[in-house]
Amino acid sequence: MSDLRYEAPATLAAAVALLAGANGKARVLAGGTDLLIQMRSGRIEPGLLVDIKGIPEMTSIAAENGGYRVGAAVSCMQLIEHAAFSGTWPGVTDAVKLIGSIQVKGRATVGGNLCNASPAADSVPAMMAAGAVVRIVGPGGTREAPVENIATGPGKTSLAGNEIVTSFLLPRRAPHSGDAYLRFTPRTEMDIAVVGAGVNLTLDDKGYCTHARVALGAVAERAVLVPDAAAALVGTRGDAAALERLAAAASAACRPIDDKRGTRAFRIEVAGVMARRAAEIALARAGRSG
Amino acid sequence: MAKHHVTATVNGDCVEFLCETQQTLLEVLRDELRLTGTKEGCGTGDCGACTITLDGRLVCSCLVLGVEAQGKSIQTIEGMASGTDLHPLQRKFLEHAALQCGVCTPGILIAARSLLERNPDPTEEEVRYWLAGNLCRCTGYHKVVEAVLDAARELRGG
Repeated sequence: MSDLRYEAPATLAAAVALLAGANGKARVLAGGTDLLIQMRSGRIEPGLLVDIKGIPEMTSIAAENGGYRVGAAVSCMQLIEHAAFSGTWPGVTDAVKLIGSIQVKGRATVGGNLCNASPAADSVPAMMAAGAVVRIVGPGGTREAPVENIATGPGKTSLAGNEIVTSFLLPRRAPHSGDAYLRFTPRTEMDIAVVGAGVNLTLDDKGYCTHARVALGAVAERAVLVPDAAAALVGTRGDAAALERLAAAASAACRPIDDKRGTRAFRIEVAGVMARRAAEIALARAGRSG
Repeated sequence: MAKHHVTATVNGDCVEFLCETQQTLLEVLRDELRLTGTKEGCGTGDCGACTITLDGRLVCSCLVLGVEAQGKSIQTIEGMASGTDLHPLQRKFLEHAALQCGVCTPGILIAARSLLERNPDPTEEEVRYWLAGNLCRCTGYHKVVEAVLDAARELRGG
């Protein structure tokens, strides 16, 4: 362990060069709330840590084309305290608020939550529902990908070893839009999702849903988009029958593990309940928003 | 590999230390700087016993590397009292018997001060949620919450 190197580059180009030169032995250090634990437990033994918190574009929140570009190394507390962002994306904010204690949120980042690739990560279904697109930088340049294309399984991502997720773009909001995220946990705080559900939708002037996205966490090897659940809402005013169809579609999309924190049958049932309740909150928020 | 030479501010004093990459800020505070008021509980960010502030942000020092403290301002429990004058939170913890074994206390005090700096008049529920990351296996939290609310009252001049 004593030959573990640490670098804190000031630019993305320098960070990418460091990763490219490390033969896969480097790890990106953002908040460290997952990485340091994995290092101490011996699960990973990197040779180089690339601390990306000194790179300005990765630690800032900026307006872009009517939406928001959120740096991947922005801490959860920094995002929660951004009043304009949380006013526009209350569902994403609710999800980020659920990531660990105040102390953990002071360090943990949304980029880390995504790249750690836990199937139960709270921010990921909310970001997927929001239609967030990540920017990825590697030796070959910059590319963009929807959030749902990053995690491929527990602890696994589609990123090459020398690529860095640098930011999230949350798109411009149409009028009458709302989002919400709910999770089921045995305790109200300091717990890991047994089921998480994110819903994002837009209504027309008469209250009919014109666009919806529904995503679930902790019910498959990675967070999943559920187009059938979204389709159940579109064209309706979110009446009871539509919400029942949404819940059924959410349950049908689950392929969960079966463990002491939640049996398979329980997770499938509760996924429908969480998706329906999140949709009700999103509908109410959309109705209130201009 | 050579150790990192780090310069930081701890409780208002400029300090320098040497550390290995994998040494946590908690280990640096306790073993290099001999500031043993900050406690190690779980070492995995779950219990909050090692809570400090880093540039004003509440963090678990077991989840921060010593080398990440370069140029940062750190507040630990050792900086809470002014000389022999206890901080009102410290006094109220004694008055309310809000501690038993005391291992969680430094972390809770730092977290509670951070809450009152942001919200001088928190509800009981807000105190409980803010302190959710600080585990106490002795008190059952009731007296902790009472002490924080009482200290908040005093600090507001009530």
